[in-house]
Amino acid sequence: MAYPDKIRNAYQEQLKGIQNAGLFKQERFIHSPQAADIEVEFPTGAPLKKVINMCSNNYLGLSSHPDVVKAAHEGLESRGYGMSSVRFICGTQDIHRELERRMTEFLGTEDTLLFPSCMDANAGVFEAVLTKDDVMISDRLVHASLIDGIRLCSAMHDTYKHSDMAHLEEKLQLHADKRLKMVITDGVFSMDGDTAKLDEMVALCEKYDALLLVDDSHSSGFIGKTGRGTHEKCGVMGKIDIITTTFGKALGGASGGCVSGRRELVEMCRQRARPYLFSNTIAPVVVSGVLKVMEILSASTERRDKLEKNAAYWRKGLTEAGFVLREGDTPIIPVMLFNAKLSQDFSKALYDEGIYAIGFFFPVVPQGQARIRTQISAGHEIGHLDRALDAFIKVGKKFNILGKTKQEIIQMYGM
Amino acid sequence: MEGLKDTILQYVTKEYLEDDSEPIDFETPLISGGIVDSFSMVSLKRFLENKYNIQIPDDKATPEAFDSVTKIASLVEDFVGKKG
Repeated sequence: MAYPDKIRNAYQEQLKGIQNAGLFKQERFIHSPQAADIEVEFPTGAPLKKVINMCSNNYLGLSSHPDVVKAAHEGLESRGYGMSSVRFICGTQDIHRELERRMTEFLGTEDTLLFPSCMDANAGVFEAVLTKDDVMISDRLVHASLIDGIRLCSAMHDTYKHSDMAHLEEKLQLHADKRLKMVITDGVFSMDGDTAKLDEMVALCEKYDALLLVDDSHSSGFIGKTGRGTHEKCGVMGKIDIITTTFGKALGGASGGCVSGRRELVEMCRQRARPYLFSNTIAPVVVSGVLKVMEILSASTERRDKLEKNAAYWRKGLTEAGFVLREGDTPIIPVMLFNAKLSQDFSKALYDEGIYAIGFFFPVVPQGQARIRTQISAGHEIGHLDRALDAFIKVGKKFNILGKTKQEIIQMYGM
Repeated sequence: MEGLKDTILQYVTKEYLEDDSEPIDFETPLISGGIVDSFSMVSLKRFLENKYNIQIPDDKATPEAFDSVTKIASLVEDFVGKKG
């Protein structure tokens, strides 16, 4: 009713501004299940194109796994479609609690609470366990969902330079007078693919009596020898006070997330976390699928082992071809292009070659650090990676960046 | 005032700038220039309070008042003066 032209025009101008700044996001429609091979309609209305997906979070290749799909079907039959209620009224089924038990066991924690998404878990956890007398000290590159959760909490907030342990220690000393200190980090940082130094962070938190929260969304299921996450990789299982993670990536990729950790902290979330209290939890069909995923992962490490080999193969191929990469040993392998327009043009040229990989640029990554973020999956076969590598090399030659240093690429294309 | 400004400049450089960042001076816009985000202002405020033994109320620690080394120094001087 009250949507006069003046207001409509103002929004249209704002949207035009986003477009002019080159920041307008457009969806690409996929007409097939999520997998290494997908069929894409892009731009909208264009004929479908078969491409290799090099940018999904489907790390373990379980998004369309037949056993997971079958379990979801069975769950739909046995537990129905929806709950039509929040958890604490009449929205909790036996399988919700069963999944919480499975996650507690898998992550090596004391208890777990499901959330509609990890975004919701991160939005709710801080205000549930902290007060205005406390301080949150976060890495400067943590995920946007943690930042939003931090903003919703009345505790003081401070930051430390990315993975800089000396700086973190300074901050722990600076805030020594606070009732409670909580250090906050991603396990694997999603844009760079590097891993938090959790062993050193645990030692610092023990020294200064601080709690440690890790968002392991880009790790759960495949990082560490048995895929438990970054705490397994860093040898600190049982020492992380709160882990938040998602079922929307490696663990089936549908939706949902959780807070897992010390019993009392999880219980505080059950009592106070608003996204848990005021929103339906994960649908039964998804819970049934995730339970099957957890069964698959508990039976064998085959998929995470294959992922590790694939990621090493891909990183080696790109390095030998002469691309500038971000260092790391996770399946997130950013190909650095530095210039925003180059990253978009490069992505477009890859698509023409049958490779789907997206350019990331400011404000998603810092100014002058544009890149193509490639993500490897256990669903990839070596044949996929070889074809993708051929395309990357062809496009790399076209833009004359192979074997060039960061400075040389910046000289050619600007920041 | 110059000594105070030097101390603040040194802290801001160490706390917020990366090794390959452009150097800043007393007048460089810190918050509006995107060098210090409003989250990270907390450590600067706490540093000043501890160093000069003052309390800067939240309503005075605005992004505008923290937008350059000169402005911060002037704010600190107000409170150091009051204390004396």
